[in-house]
Amino acid sequence: MQDASPQQGSSEPLTPRAKLAVTAGKVVAAVSRSAGRGSGSVIGGKVALRVDPDLLARLATHLDVVLVSATNGKTTTTRLIAEALRAHGPVVSNALGANMPAGITSALAGGSAAKYGVIEVDEKYLATVARDVRPKAIALLNLSRDQLDRAAETRMLAERWREGLSGTDAWVVANADDPLVAWAASSCPHVVWVAAGQSWKDDAWSCPSCGGVLQRPGDDWLCAECGFRRPPPTWALSGDYVLDPNGTAWPMSLQLPGRANKANAATSAAVAWVFGVPPETALERMKSVAAVAGRYDVVNYQGRDLRLLLAKNPAGWLETFSLIDPPPTPVLLSVNALGADGTDTSWLWDVDYPRLAGHPIFVIGQRKLDLAVRLDVAGLDFRVCEDVSEAVRLAPPGRMECIANYTAFQQLRRQVGG
Amino acid sequence: MSESVLRLVWVYPDLLSTYGDQGNVLVVERRARQRGLNVARVDVRSDQQIPTSGDIYLVGGGEDRPQRLAAERLRRDGGLSRAAGNGAIIFSVCAGYQILGHEFVNDLGRREPGLGLLDVVSERGTGERCVGDVLADIDPRLGLPELTGFENHQGVTRIGPSAKPFARVRIGKGNGTGDGTEGAYNETVFGTYMHGPVMARNPAIADLLIKLALDVNALPPVEETWYEALRAERIAAAERPA
Repeated sequence: MQDASPQQGSSEPLTPRAKLAVTAGKVVAAVSRSAGRGSGSVIGGKVALRVDPDLLARLATHLDVVLVSATNGKTTTTRLIAEALRAHGPVVSNALGANMPAGITSALAGGSAAKYGVIEVDEKYLATVARDVRPKAIALLNLSRDQLDRAAETRMLAERWREGLSGTDAWVVANADDPLVAWAASSCPHVVWVAAGQSWKDDAWSCPSCGGVLQRPGDDWLCAECGFRRPPPTWALSGDYVLDPNGTAWPMSLQLPGRANKANAATSAAVAWVFGVPPETALERMKSVAAVAGRYDVVNYQGRDLRLLLAKNPAGWLETFSLIDPPPTPVLLSVNALGADGTDTSWLWDVDYPRLAGHPIFVIGQRKLDLAVRLDVAGLDFRVCEDVSEAVRLAPPGRMECIANYTAFQQLRRQVGG
Repeated sequence: MSESVLRLVWVYPDLLSTYGDQGNVLVVERRARQRGLNVARVDVRSDQQIPTSGDIYLVGGGEDRPQRLAAERLRRDGGLSRAAGNGAIIFSVCAGYQILGHEFVNDLGRREPGLGLLDVVSERGTGERCVGDVLADIDPRLGLPELTGFENHQGVTRIGPSAKPFARVRIGKGNGTGDGTEGAYNETVFGTYMHGPVMARNPAIADLLIKLALDVNALPPVEETWYEALRAERIAAAERPA
């Protein structure tokens, strides 16, 4: 399509075909909702895209679009950026995490009055969506192993990003501390490098460029063979502060817990700055976010507080372990291996469960026996329970940290009312 | 070989540890310690030399590009081949299994020489990727219970005359040759496509490696409750029609 520059905005109304597509999508979504099949956003988006395959691009012409992609932290960062940009105008966002083209189309179709579109994108679709929506900024947080039975190999994803984004007009706000992300973004003409940290390093021991073994002195990384190295960042996460390009340290007082969310907020502040929102304003607005799609929510269940934490892969579990309350806080672990989780549970052995030593541990979920063997071999004490209710009954008093992977998390929320 | 220490070498965790392969190391280590053995575990990154004096070497699975890099570095290093010549026990999974054979097809679509420690040749399959729970009967000469694992590969591995199939699949694809074989072994070198990790679901394999390394016929029993429960569940899951 001609003249899709997002910067200019457009008063040109949608074409009749695009309007028809939006209407068709909404009708189908409403039917799907009334049939009790979730929000209907994905099916609605699919129908709309079938009526008008260019609909996503058309909807985006009227918006300043930010895309957010990563293995972990997409949904939370999308929310933080959306909050920050609301300082300057209305935002439309796929806040519930429907992050493939159909879900994105559906979300954008619902925001005709918005100025900004803040869009979470599945890693596999980033290049395609970026081509369609011509974003003004793209936030790239991290890449690590996830759902190995069905997802693309991690470096392959980085390569797809690298190829797909090499000609983008967007400002790419990328984590300089993740070698795969750095490699993916280093072909882009406009990059804002953020030192956002990387706790999980086991997918980046090989140079993404030449395959050499990466050296990692301190926070730095470099390949001695080809010279590829950590790009110098202009933004940095430093403890509880974000350092901006002027070297000013801005305190963060997020409600969201943990190092990873500070990293998400630092990246979000850099994205907001691309749109002219000062760090002070952006960070102040991010404070209001307490839970994202149920994650980090504290719910009372059978007289006990449960904090609900989502961790889908080894990198996510590592970040989650670093934010839970210390022993003797009881911990509930729940793991499923349904389609959306990936059906291969071998990743459990990449998770550093010995860090849970000292916590009373309770294990539930469809694959609780895989987890039991994992914990047994780690030499930890644990109890395998039928469900959350039994675990809550058996656990010593106090708030319980509940860590679950994707579908286990959804089930847990349903059961405890989160 | 020292009498009192079991030397366990984990080969190239930086390249060949994509599918929870550390689990095999952890299970062997744990079960050896439970028998009162001292275990010296060495994790060898691909820019380090492979020690030649280990008792048990574990080589894991990995993605296509790291597999090629690992094969190049192992050939150049030579340590694993020398260890095999010393009679060390070597257990390999998936990409590692292919590397131990004569050749495999690398990420660039070219034939890549392996180490030739196991008489197998691998190529890339043309059919669908093999993904799912597997149930197989291990060669009865090894005296092990049925094999439960999870496969996730597109390889096809043919076994030559000086290696034997490690198992025969009842459910699943195994070597991908259509003849029902899964994995391969000779006196000291083993290869399998099974993830899970395979030792977590089949701790008897870990015990076999320890027995071969120590040259003993039996080991004292250890607590098997959770392993047994997991095995029963996964065997039933494999048998359940999809």
